[in-house]
Amino acid sequence: MTGNMRNILLFVIVFALIGAVGFLQSWNVALVILNMGLISALMALGVNMQWGYAGLFNIGIMGFVALGGLATVLTSMPPVTEAWAAGGLRVLVALAVGAGTIALAVRAWHRVSRRRGLVVSTIVVVGFIIYRWLFDPAVEAIEAVNPAATGYLGGLGLPVVLAWPVGGLLAAGAAWIIGKTALGLRSDYLAIATLGIAEIIIAVMKNEDWLDRGVKNVVGLPRPVPYEVDLQQDPEFVARALELGLDPATASSLYVKLSYGIMFAVVLVIVLLMAELSLRSPWGRMMRAIRDNEVAAEAMGKDVTRRHLEIFILGSAVCGIAGAMMTTLDGQLTPGTYNPLRYTFLIWLMVIVGGSGNNWGAILGGFLVWFLWVEVEPMGRWLIEVLTAGMSPDSALRAHLVESAAHMRLMTMGVLLLLVLRFSPRGLIPEK
Amino acid sequence: MDVLNAIVALLNYVVVPGVAYGSQLALGALGVTLIFGILRFSNFAHGDTMAFGTMVTILLTWALQAAGISAGPLPTALLTLPVAIVVTAVVLLATDRVVYRFYRRTRAAPITLVIASLGVMFIMNGVIRFIIGPGEQNFADGSRFIITARQFKAMTGLREGLAIKVTQGITVVLAIVVVAALFWFLNRTRTGKSMRAYADNEDLALLSGINPERVVTVAWVLAAALATIAGVLYGLDKSFKPFTYFQLLLPIFASAIVGGLGNPLGAIAGGFVIAFSEVTVTYAWKKVVGYLVPEGLEPSGLLQLLSTDYKFAVSFAILVVVLLVRPTGLFRGQSS
Repeated sequence: MTGNMRNILLFVIVFALIGAVGFLQSWNVALVILNMGLISALMALGVNMQWGYAGLFNIGIMGFVALGGLATVLTSMPPVTEAWAAGGLRVLVALAVGAGTIALAVRAWHRVSRRRGLVVSTIVVVGFIIYRWLFDPAVEAIEAVNPAATGYLGGLGLPVVLAWPVGGLLAAGAAWIIGKTALGLRSDYLAIATLGIAEIIIAVMKNEDWLDRGVKNVVGLPRPVPYEVDLQQDPEFVARALELGLDPATASSLYVKLSYGIMFAVVLVIVLLMAELSLRSPWGRMMRAIRDNEVAAEAMGKDVTRRHLEIFILGSAVCGIAGAMMTTLDGQLTPGTYNPLRYTFLIWLMVIVGGSGNNWGAILGGFLVWFLWVEVEPMGRWLIEVLTAGMSPDSALRAHLVESAAHMRLMTMGVLLLLVLRFSPRGLIPEK
Repeated sequence: MDVLNAIVALLNYVVVPGVAYGSQLALGALGVTLIFGILRFSNFAHGDTMAFGTMVTILLTWALQAAGISAGPLPTALLTLPVAIVVTAVVLLATDRVVYRFYRRTRAAPITLVIASLGVMFIMNGVIRFIIGPGEQNFADGSRFIITARQFKAMTGLREGLAIKVTQGITVVLAIVVVAALFWFLNRTRTGKSMRAYADNEDLALLSGINPERVVTVAWVLAAALATIAGVLYGLDKSFKPFTYFQLLLPIFASAIVGGLGNPLGAIAGGFVIAFSEVTVTYAWKKVVGYLVPEGLEPSGLLQLLSTDYKFAVSFAILVVVLLVRPTGLFRGQSS
């Protein structure tokens, strides 16, 4: 019971910190932190499934998060009919040929016994030539359609909330491919493989303009909540705001952020519930047994690789959902901003600080680390300014230090990771 | 048909850059493989170690340039490189004391050390951005070319030119010297032999009176030297940007794994395999093919297999294929 009290207290402290931001800075900032905190907690939950339940070291989270973002564009943006007419079908056929080539090559590798290398390389070369012959003109045609505004195929024009499960599916599909090849290898190899695939996913999203406009970004994604401007023009809303003593502009922005927060919280609660139930089920016990002693579990007849594949797909899917939610919140997809320090290693820090193997720990870590990530920068700037107050205001060193203060957060996060790993390796809320 | 011009074009655009890049990757992969062999974990901070050593070199180079000292036709950075190696070695040894030694003593699982190296990576990344900033720095000076395309054309009378940059020459020469020295050290000296013994069988090495702390210290010093040299050579050849160095982690690890983690010879081979694959797959072959096929049959497209933005994909694909077909790498590496 005392352990439970301690955990509740930890959560109270974290929310009090966010509340303090509300009182001291502004409620808008506090809600921004809370919303991204909810998303971060979901990502940490996904990573915790992989690492905490099964001991899989996945450092390609960024890739799955980005796939979720891509899903948002593909689901919610209206289709660009001219682009589809120009070469949509041809691109799809080309992609099918590409996928077919790989599948055929893999099959040949397993089936053909004589001159295997020659057969497989012939399949790959021929398939690649056909693929490029189909693909290149189609892409050129699509990207030529009004390049300043579209130049891509667009999406399906479905409600944006549908993008969240789609993001999960997309990430799960990618995880299946990676898991099939890299699971069962040593843990370091899985790490490198996931790191690599994440970079590739980002590279594809940056360069395949026909898919998502690449670094030109897709802006103006549909929103699941009303726009602030519309709220401010709604007389009923304005009256309600004035009743609460808020000016309509602030009230509308708070309303929008709160609506997002409630939607994210619902998703988080559902995923948490499912994660907790599965952890306590026989399946969850088997998972932990495998993690603690793979050889013994295998001797008991458990299919270790298969279980690993399952949990890898599930955890990645959760990251994909979180990624789709994040892109929805941003209202735009900016492939150039995905950075492994922020989207992979920071999530890892959340899991380790919170407590690997414990879902509540992962959530706590998500909120706490996100709070620090946001607040360390102003704190660092303040600290530098105090420390350099004695220097002359036009000193070059001082200017450099103040300018560099933004990079303090990386250092702080690294120090936090090392401290937790050394002195409290089980995290703030340890596994039961 | 113009075979000579085709060969020169191939040399100019594929072989020369490939050799230089391969040398840089090989040096980086040697550092990774060495730490893996001795300390038995994948050091994710290696890319940032390279960046750190390069940063120190750049700062010292700027100081020398300000003082008006230069190395004539060679880049000034070569003068400051040894000092930077010492600084980086001191930093790595301090990191080992503060971070890694504890886990070594408690015999923690390798994955714990990997996570610790992620923490170190964060801190180093922050320190580098704090000191020199996240932007791009160019610090190559001295003369630029050993031979320019124009000189080559005038010399041979061919249509294609062959240009070799000073930095490319330095890269290859320095890489050969460093690798030769490293292998001499590992195979001929007492300390080197004790390191190989330790990597091979820790318990047996301890029983025969090898001091593990000494082995680990030497390994870190060597890793610092290799990382700094690789980083400076890469920076001279291309340019220095902290994030690029972080991204170099992928091809470097791919090289080390493709060659067989823990095997120095494999790291070198892996470096060249990865470098040449990246260059050949992302090179537009139009020119070379244009010289080789009869007139009128020149290809209309660029004949580029993948755009250069996908070079990560190349190292990754090779990595996956090698892991599937030969899980211990081309040269038998350690498996732990």
